[in-house]
Amino acid sequence: MHPAFSVIFLTTLIGVGQGFFLALFTVESYAAFGLLPAQDGSYYGTGSLLALAFLIAGLIASFFHLGRPERAWRAATRWRTSWLSREVIVLPAFMATLSLYGAAHLWDFNADLGLLPSGVPVKLTFVLGVLATLFAFLLFICTGMIYACLRFLREWHTPLTVINYILLGGASGFLLASVHAAFSAPVLLPFLVGWTLILLVLAFVGRVASLIRNRRLKPKSTLQSAIGVKHPKIVQKTQGAMGGSFNTREFFHGQPASLLRSVRWLFLLLVFAIPAPLLLLVLSGEVSVDLLLLAFVVQYVGLLFERWFFFAQANHPQNLYYQSVA
Amino acid sequence: MTQLALVIDLNVCVGCHACVTNCKEWNTSGPAGPLVDQNPYGKNPTGTFFNRVQTFEIGEFPHTETLHFPKSCLHCEDPPCVPVCPTGASYKRKEDGIVLVDYDKCIGCKYCSWACPYGAREFDEEQKVMKKCTLCVDRIYDERLSAEERRPACVRACPTRARLFGDIHDPHSEVSVAIRENGGYPLMPEWGTQPANHYLPRRKTRLRLREDEIERADNPLKIDRELPQPGKTEPTLDDVTSW
Repeated sequence: MHPAFSVIFLTTLIGVGQGFFLALFTVESYAAFGLLPAQDGSYYGTGSLLALAFLIAGLIASFFHLGRPERAWRAATRWRTSWLSREVIVLPAFMATLSLYGAAHLWDFNADLGLLPSGVPVKLTFVLGVLATLFAFLLFICTGMIYACLRFLREWHTPLTVINYILLGGASGFLLASVHAAFSAPVLLPFLVGWTLILLVLAFVGRVASLIRNRRLKPKSTLQSAIGVKHPKIVQKTQGAMGGSFNTREFFHGQPASLLRSVRWLFLLLVFAIPAPLLLLVLSGEVSVDLLLLAFVVQYVGLLFERWFFFAQANHPQNLYYQSVA
Repeated sequence: MTQLALVIDLNVCVGCHACVTNCKEWNTSGPAGPLVDQNPYGKNPTGTFFNRVQTFEIGEFPHTETLHFPKSCLHCEDPPCVPVCPTGASYKRKEDGIVLVDYDKCIGCKYCSWACPYGAREFDEEQKVMKKCTLCVDRIYDERLSAEERRPACVRACPTRARLFGDIHDPHSEVSVAIRENGGYPLMPEWGTQPANHYLPRRKTRLRLREDEIERADNPLKIDRELPQPGKTEPTLDDVTSW
């Protein structure tokens, strides 16, 4: 497929936003049970704002993918059948809940709604947080399923696609939460950096698993089944157009296989290999905002390459009809 | 239920592109607005077409065969492009099975084209919406046209009558008979999309005769050789019989 930058930015940016919120709410949940030192409202408030900024940036990027952005509202109508439509609904729902969650923290509008049997108070932000967590995971599933539901694109048609969206988004979000904590609540750093590392390892396993899987894929469609002629040697001579068409532009990445291989190594390096030792360094006591920020930026750039590769690697069966011009 | 479809006879198609040009002419002049042509007189002309004729070479010289392969939307009975559309712009008509795009609802996200394994949809770079073959839906129901003209433009244009049009759910229609009797097949059956359009294969008319069919093996002349010739002095049949 031809990787579209709008979609690359959309999926990576909202992944960071979702992961960041999940990190914030993890901290709040631990703190509610006294497992982590309690933080004041401004920690969660600023964090929510930052997460929201990433989600808004992703939403803006997504509009560049549309030919008719003024009609985007229509995309919410077919949620019964279309994962894209579901994403269009869940993303604003998540953003709205996240805004309420952040606002409740920032303005300390945080009444106790009741008590758990153990005596822990249930706060309003907790209810909003649970709701937003639900939306965050739903959004991950929607985003992943947009690609995983296309059975012709066999590189994507696997549960690993959804799992990797969750794990990569989670890892990058927890890393940004670590950067945020380094500024506002350094006491949380060991907790957040530790979880970032765990997610990073899981994401590495998931991504490498999908790379290995895709390497072994054998195409289901062949030129023989595409035109219905049983002969081992069929060569295309014309494709009905000399100057290219939508079909030659949208479904080919147009890069040599060697570049694809290089990008694969590059994203493995940037997303996993470089941030991991930096995080270990922070965990071992070398607490430095610059180090964490560097790790986040390097990883985010790596995620852009990862997403580019994700799209470029998918081989669409329609390409069988568009192999040569003359 | 009706399912309109094209049946394309690859045995007859000569690859003249008349269906392509007539399709483009009709659909660029239609109520949906022009089909875009970009850079038409430049080095790399490109544009949106509903129909393309491709050419494939089968086999290795000298045993090669040229196959001209017209390709348009197959109007699948289980179209994968329809459920993925987030706006409902892409839909399949219940009454005649034509898969259409509502150009006023399409947001141009191109997701439907990703979901089509045949590459049948082409994006209009000027109107910024997805376009595809409509089976000339604005023509086949137009009562002002004569019955003969109420067929898709590509079918009308074909000089060799390689394109048949009709209802494949009616077992007695021309297309159903052609599919049934001439080995009509769908493209990429492995995806279960059940394309309505079918293709008729290349067919060779060959005489399959064995040696003994050309020359009678049990010809008595062969077994008994020549019959003995009666001698000149022998009585003839006329001599020994009286009528």
